[in-house]
Amino acid sequence: MSANQEMAVRYKNNFLKEVEQQVEMGEWVKMCMQCGVCSGSCPTNFHPGWEHPPQEIFMMIRAGKREEVLTSPSMWMCTSCYNCIVRCPRKLPITHIMHGLAEYAYELGLAPKVQPTRNLSKLFWSNATKTGRINELTFSLGMYFKDAEGKINIGQGIKKGLEMQKVALGLLKAKRLNPFEIFGGHKCKDQKGIHAMLAKAYALESKRKGRHVG
Amino acid sequence: MTDVVATNETILVVGGGISGMTAALEAAETGKQVVLLEKNPALGGRTSQLYRYFPKMCHPTCGLEINLRRLKANPRVRVLTQAEVTGISGSAGDYTATVKLTPRYVNENCTACGACADAVKTEVDNPFNYNLGKMKAAYIPSAMAYPQRYVLHPSIIGTPDAEAAKAACKYGAIELEQKEETIEIKAGAVVWATGWQPYDAAKIQPYGYGRYRNVITSVEFERLADPHGPTGGRILRPSDGKEAKNIAFIQCAGSRDENHLRHCSRICCMASLKQTHYVREQHPEDGKSTIYYIDIRAIDRFEDFYQKVQADPSVTFVKSKVARISEDGNGNPVCWGVNTEGYKRYSNPHDLVVLAVGMEPSVKGVAIPANVVFDSSGFIEADPANGAVFGAGCASNALDVNRAVQSATAAALRAIQVVNKVARAEA
Repeated sequence: MSANQEMAVRYKNNFLKEVEQQVEMGEWVKMCMQCGVCSGSCPTNFHPGWEHPPQEIFMMIRAGKREEVLTSPSMWMCTSCYNCIVRCPRKLPITHIMHGLAEYAYELGLAPKVQPTRNLSKLFWSNATKTGRINELTFSLGMYFKDAEGKINIGQGIKKGLEMQKVALGLLKAKRLNPFEIFGGHKCKDQKGIHAMLAKAYALESKRKGRHVG
Repeated sequence: MTDVVATNETILVVGGGISGMTAALEAAETGKQVVLLEKNPALGGRTSQLYRYFPKMCHPTCGLEINLRRLKANPRVRVLTQAEVTGISGSAGDYTATVKLTPRYVNENCTACGACADAVKTEVDNPFNYNLGKMKAAYIPSAMAYPQRYVLHPSIIGTPDAEAAKAACKYGAIELEQKEETIEIKAGAVVWATGWQPYDAAKIQPYGYGRYRNVITSVEFERLADPHGPTGGRILRPSDGKEAKNIAFIQCAGSRDENHLRHCSRICCMASLKQTHYVREQHPEDGKSTIYYIDIRAIDRFEDFYQKVQADPSVTFVKSKVARISEDGNGNPVCWGVNTEGYKRYSNPHDLVVLAVGMEPSVKGVAIPANVVFDSSGFIEADPANGAVFGAGCASNALDVNRAVQSATAAALRAIQVVNKVARAEA
């Protein structure tokens, strides 16, 4: 049984409870009074990809629209500007809930496959956790050479690389970019320790939320 | 020295608005001695600054007049205006209040003829109109001010203007040598009825109050609609004096908001529903009101009033709390938000935006000179620890006029019980 099916069975017909227990800050969802200030304050105003504003997502959670919420690209559109948190009359941590929902959808394998934020996050995470330090060179190369679905695309990579040539040279001159980073680059002293720590954190988190360690 | 006869069988009422007047009269009409203190030069409080009441749409002149008549007919109430309590000591049945009296510079001889105002040149902000207009520095606070006596603004004392006012008075009513004084008043029980103040709308940053001139508060709107107000009752927008016909009302401006006032102010929904009447009456053909709301709280019997406004084609309801206000090139405020019914985005320009601001208790954050318990919004809580200091009206909760009067009557009854006990002990 997939993680998604397992959760669907466990929280049968109670998506709100599922969100409360599984999603970071999910326990705040029920506090929303549907005033609409978060949606109206969102800088992604009128962006076509922002299908459901936060207020609507909260209502959909309460209405049990599990599939629609978790497969939605909306929460991935959040720019983390925190305008909604600042203005929310009920002090809901809306930005954090959006991130929590995105993380949960990803964990269950429901997050949209073609989603720039998702790909960027994934790339960043694997890059940063590999050595414990972010390698800017391999990270930006990864961005250039991977398409919207995360597959290698040589043509696109070369094109983007040429577009950014001037910036790269400027960074080199200012000693902000080290070309030798391509050979692994700077790293933490205890990489094994970092990996063990992250694995432990993941195991603890999964245990706390009653999820299987995948 | 101002002479006040008071004993520990006296009830001291602090605040001369509708609640304080009611508490004082209810107690006095049962035979108790009452001292009624008011900070301003006239009684009536915020109620007298309204154009009309809901739900019957009558003018405050009516309700206040009845109370003023009761007051004039009752020898047991001693009214002191321009009086502020600075300290209270003692305990239930035996309080001593220290009261600061600021000078009016006008004595009882005043006939309210207005000759002093004609003589004075200086103009000052008119607080009765929420500073929307100016008035002469020799003034009568409002058309139905009680006492009907002029006041000299302290800023002209010592200037030729004050001398001019004195010279103009045919009745010897102007006393420029009056000084501030402090007196002590004994009391068995205290009714604290200091009312409320409109929440400072400038603190709601995205709404631009103070930055955009055509964003005003609901209390200011009352003054614009009132024939005694700064525009003679015409709803003109502050930026260019243009007649405002397309008016937005924003509910919960400051209320029900953890960043501002935690409580529901209770009156604002009804106040905005009432104010849509002002718009329609002035512009029956092309007046337009838009109410932006989270949910309309027209409590109990006010539901009928709400339904009538809903049926009015000139009023539109948008279920959404406006997220922010901007201003277009013509000085029109533009409301931005998302309509909860359908989740559609909007950006609507209006001639004027009225913020239905919340009620902040006047006692909030103020070190009132009595040992009382407050709730999380700053209202006085009914608590045995308060002794015989009883909150009444909007000092105790967000209330409309009707409920404030009920609350004041209840407080009067509690105060009466305390002084009755004192009387029995002394008999």
